[in-house]
Amino acid sequence: MEEYIPLLLTKYNYWVYITLMMIGLWAMIAKNNLVKKIVGMNIFQTAIILFYVSIGAKYGGTIPIIQHGPGHGHGAAQIKALAYINPLPHVLMLTAIVVSVATLGVALALVIKIHRRHRTLEEDEILEQLRES
Amino acid sequence: MKALALAIVVLVGGLLVSATVDFPDWADPNSPASRHVSPRYIEKTMEETSVPNIVTAVLADYRGYDTMFETAVVFTAGVACFLLLRRREPRPGPSRVYRHRATGVIVEMNRVPDKEPSPDVFKRIDDDWTPHDLIVMNVCRLLIPFIQLFALYVIAHGHHSPGGGFQGGVILGASVILMALSWDLRTAMLRMKETATGLMSAMGVFIYAGVGALALALGGNFLDYAALSPLLRVDPVAARSLGIFFVEVGVGLAVMATMVLIYKNLASEGRLDQGL
Amino acid sequence: MSEQYPALIVITPLLAALLVSAAGWLRPRLCFPLALAGLGAAAAAATGLLVQVLATGPVTYRLGGWEPPWGIAYYVDNLNAVVAALVAWVALFNLVASYRAVMTDYPEKIGPYYTLYVLAVTGMLGMVVTGDAFNLYVLLEITSLTGYALIGLGGGRAPLASLNYLFLGTIGASFYLLGVGYLYIVTGSLNMADLAKLLTPLYGSLALLAAFAITLVGLWMKMAFFPLHAWLPNAYGFAPAPTASLLAPLMTKVMVYVMIRIMISVFTVEFVLQEVLVGQLVVWLAVAAMVAGALFALGQRDLKRMLAYIVVAEVGYMVGGAWLGNRLGMTGAVLHLINDAVMTFCVFLAAGCIYQKTRGTSFEDLRGLFKKMPWTMAALAAGAMAIIGVPPTGGFFSKWYLIRGGLEAGHWGFVGALLFSSLINVVLFFRVFEIAFFEPSGGDDSHGGHGGHEEHGGAVALAEAPLSMLLPLMAAALGLIALGLATGPLVQKLILPIIPAGLG
Repeated sequence: MEEYIPLLLTKYNYWVYITLMMIGLWAMIAKNNLVKKIVGMNIFQTAIILFYVSIGAKYGGTIPIIQHGPGHGHGAAQIKALAYINPLPHVLMLTAIVVSVATLGVALALVIKIHRRHRTLEEDEILEQLRES
Repeated sequence: MKALALAIVVLVGGLLVSATVDFPDWADPNSPASRHVSPRYIEKTMEETSVPNIVTAVLADYRGYDTMFETAVVFTAGVACFLLLRRREPRPGPSRVYRHRATGVIVEMNRVPDKEPSPDVFKRIDDDWTPHDLIVMNVCRLLIPFIQLFALYVIAHGHHSPGGGFQGGVILGASVILMALSWDLRTAMLRMKETATGLMSAMGVFIYAGVGALALALGGNFLDYAALSPLLRVDPVAARSLGIFFVEVGVGLAVMATMVLIYKNLASEGRLDQGL
Repeated sequence: MSEQYPALIVITPLLAALLVSAAGWLRPRLCFPLALAGLGAAAAAATGLLVQVLATGPVTYRLGGWEPPWGIAYYVDNLNAVVAALVAWVALFNLVASYRAVMTDYPEKIGPYYTLYVLAVTGMLGMVVTGDAFNLYVLLEITSLTGYALIGLGGGRAPLASLNYLFLGTIGASFYLLGVGYLYIVTGSLNMADLAKLLTPLYGSLALLAAFAITLVGLWMKMAFFPLHAWLPNAYGFAPAPTASLLAPLMTKVMVYVMIRIMISVFTVEFVLQEVLVGQLVVWLAVAAMVAGALFALGQRDLKRMLAYIVVAEVGYMVGGAWLGNRLGMTGAVLHLINDAVMTFCVFLAAGCIYQKTRGTSFEDLRGLFKKMPWTMAALAAGAMAIIGVPPTGGFFSKWYLIRGGLEAGHWGFVGALLFSSLINVVLFFRVFEIAFFEPSGGDDSHGGHGGHEEHGGAVALAEAPLSMLLPLMAAALGLIALGLATGPLVQKLILPIIPAGLG
């Protein structure tokens, strides 16, 4: 047991993201309401964003904006990579956020279209209607 | 379904947990991700692009190609919502309600009029909800210009502080959506026509891809802003900084227009006559 | 200009899509010509690139002028180049064929329809040429989002089918993204070639295995590999005809390409064969895909849905071939990827032609079609022969390679399932042609379609699909035979050079 405690303490970012991700996945599979599934999908995607952003963290690093820069294009030698956190995951996640917003928009549009036709968003009721027709 | 979901969740979760054993600790400065590619961005970005905000530099220059398609994703979502939802036939139900602006008299018509009365004289009121809260409307009226000004600042100052095209574009879009919420959808539509919204979202992505194609036409690779330097009459590093600014403007435009387009179509189920 | 081909492949359709969108608001008439010009230019650039790659070897292109791994780079070898050319040409032919169908069904939405159509092709072409693992995700999402919208446009159950596709597709894409994140966290790089170098010392680590597993499961969801195929039959079965004949041939094939790329270029075949102990299990899953796809197809009473289940079985062929672990199997998988794109296109386009005339694709709508639409049915027969695997169509040769690969690996289950599914295909298509050939049209037909009154004289009037649909269909049918005849050079010149040496 003793050896697992450091594992729990030093890698908690991974536990948080996995928990969130599984909550989202659960909602997507087990929920009956289509909008709840979409909410689950968003939690699922957010968990991955959390994972990526947590990769970027560095002890002692600040946000990746160069402060009091010595003017454009000169004297960049003083900038130390250790002083700033890793910017790449933030860039990648900006993309992922945009993708998840876009997916959300299209999903809601589809849900509205489904609601127009079936007047309900409960999946079992829709399937019932389809079976009858 | 519940049992299946539980099984999948436990299986996937177990796989993910087991893999973390080999991962670096949180915030470890010696992790591979912090040591391999990213140090170059931090150390060289001022020298190569003269943009202090490293995220902006990586987003719009080093990995600018990703970002171009990211903007295209936003544009796609807008077009997709339009394609799926937009319909031209009017809302069912015979009556239409109007308020005479000068006198405040409310008129109900028994059928859909052949010709819509002028919006300056008669204001059409939604069937199910009539927003006329004086405080909300006027506070929003005061706020919206400042919100838009702030959005422009966020777009333009993305080089030096957190911000950029996406963030500023969303704030701009939110200002229009706020108007639709506090007044009504038709008023917002009068200020920003559907055609204009659609054209702007295409134009935003076009600015981005166009700047890239211009670089290609001037002999560089696609999106190599340094190739624009003869055209802009600046040195290649400054050309990169300016190129980033141009594409950020394009991103802002596309994001703003698309947010509005998606909102209008979702809120009114594609009829664009009345909504939230 | 020739060094810019890789960029042009993606940029011309992207710019064309934006112009189409603008034209949709201002001059809807211009939408189709603009889309045609954009995809035509892309097809020309893709062909140019293929010629160039064959002549001078793999091409690298640095976007923004940044050297990899800091910037994004394209890496194009024979495999990308041939898949890119395939995607561009199939999409171009389908665009021509889609004109009448879109004009009839969605006259008000030509602009957005063609915008999304061209964007979907842009995404696929980008996915094929890119050499950056994260860039692939962005392009994958473009293709998926356009796909959801183009499918959800259909009437009836299409929106629900599309939403289910969206849920599963998003899980799949997110898994791929997570897998890329795992690779990034252990290496710090996103460039495929750079990853391949950095990953070698890490073989054996649990994180790497998890990354591989998650990435593959994500891709399998996207390509509808059994048992993750649940979204595909409904999505492609209920999609509007021009959408189905764009996505069904190309989307699954591009995802199979991505899987092969990840297997041989990011990881290595040594890793796949030695570290991953479940290779046999994957081949058995492929066996299950072939058998299940064939059996489900038997239960359908609608041509498009039947074809959709055949796609599920075909994905099994390719994944199984790639995982057999020998050169013949991999060759067969790549060759089948090329052939399958063309034959799926051929049969789905034939179904689209039938829908255009009869407004339905259920088996009742097929009655008497051999007399009414002889050319369409001839092309459908050619496609069916390729799917069954009759020489001289290409389908025969790729199946031949796959079977030989299965025999060499000693995997009798794979060989048996392949033969079984081919046999079922014979039954499936024989049933279709029996209805179309022998059963008289019209009569009690409730659709009241064309030709009901033409029965009396015994001679049925021709009611053939418009020429703009027939010509691409004929091109596809002839292409199948041409691919079959060109198998030798195709394998020698194109495919063998890219099969990694590590395969036994």
